[in-house]
Amino acid sequence: MDERERLELYEQKVLPHLDAAYNLARWLAGNDHDAQDVAQEANLRAFRFFGSFRGENARAWLLSIVRNTFYTWLHKNRPSNTIAINEGILEIEDISVSGEAVNPPFADADAVRRAIAELPVEFREIVILREMEGFSYKEIADLADVPIGTVMSRLARARKLLQKSLTREFNPGDQ
Amino acid sequence: MNCQQAKPLLDPYADGELEAAAILELEQHFQSCSACGIAWRNLQSLKKALKQDSLYFVAPDALRQRIKSELPSPPRPIPERWSWNWNWLTTMMSGLAAACLALLLTVTLTRRSSEQPLAQEVVSNHIRSLMANHVMDVVSTDQHTVKPWFNGKLDFSPPVKNLAEQDFPLIGGRLDYIGGHSVAALIFQRHKHIINLFIWPAKENNSKPASPASLQGYNVIHWSEAGMTFWTVSDLNEKELMEFVQDFATGETLKP
Repeated sequence: MDERERLELYEQKVLPHLDAAYNLARWLAGNDHDAQDVAQEANLRAFRFFGSFRGENARAWLLSIVRNTFYTWLHKNRPSNTIAINEGILEIEDISVSGEAVNPPFADADAVRRAIAELPVEFREIVILREMEGFSYKEIADLADVPIGTVMSRLARARKLLQKSLTREFNPGDQ
Repeated sequence: MNCQQAKPLLDPYADGELEAAAILELEQHFQSCSACGIAWRNLQSLKKALKQDSLYFVAPDALRQRIKSELPSPPRPIPERWSWNWNWLTTMMSGLAAACLALLLTVTLTRRSSEQPLAQEVVSNHIRSLMANHVMDVVSTDQHTVKPWFNGKLDFSPPVKNLAEQDFPLIGGRLDYIGGHSVAALIFQRHKHIINLFIWPAKENNSKPASPASLQGYNVIHWSEAGMTFWTVSDLNEKELMEFVQDFATGETLKP
């Protein structure tokens, strides 16, 4: 494949997923400036490693690079944030979510945005990949390089945390 | 099935990752257990909340531009390294040969075979217009706005039609550059599919729209009429794109 073909193929296969790349970077990094840096760096890497792309799902491939780029960036710029989360912490305390009442539809986008942002980053990424990108458990497991069981437990935990913080937002008197 | 067994199945069920047998059991459980039914509805409303469009961050144009500018520019297929060896010489020779051949081709080729690179250019322009978020220079569904907009920007007056009634609404216009000259691009839409229609004057005989060619997953149709050449491209399926072409051909032209 010559340079021109490579560029054309890249423009056609990978660049259309730039929004997905930025969205993930934005949710992980937490602000526009860092997200742009991460997305830009990821794109450079993706183009450099485009030879290793085997024509599978280009969006998943690009997002796995965004993810790796983000963690490298995080490690370099915010070393204090990179303490690996202890899945056990969240296992011990069973987060009980009100089982008696149907929650109102969580339509307030700002409240939902805050609730997602508060999630630990390892949970947050699974939520983005599942709910906003629609990837299957298997695809998320491959993309994030964790076992499917971990994807499932993180997703279930993340949702409980989200429900809890959103229910609190909607019924401030309850807590 | 009891609640203890049902609880861990709720998430996979909501995500469409539960096998049929378990789904059946779970649904039976919902009928007898209101607590799990409520938990299920809460989960659904959460999922819905997370899917709101406004939560999805769209890449800023500045980022898009920066990323595109970092990629090597497309029209220069120059070899990676120049060095004094056979490589250099072969490249040089093949370059010369290619140039001669290109010249020869331009002069002698029939229209038919010269269409392929043009079709490629049409598709590339289409993709680029979508990527750079620069589909339109003039945003208007009104042909009386779009047509005059081209005045003074082009040395010809392209036919502009609005096919809203045929469900192909005109959404705007743009200047573009194809085959070495400035061309008019009209942008239409069907549902979420963008259709680019490129128009420029050509000294070729009228030709009927050929059945769509497929390039990189896009459908391309070309025809000529009344001294103008038309190229349309879209990710729309063949049938509907052909319909668009027919509607455009029969649609009323706005006279200048």
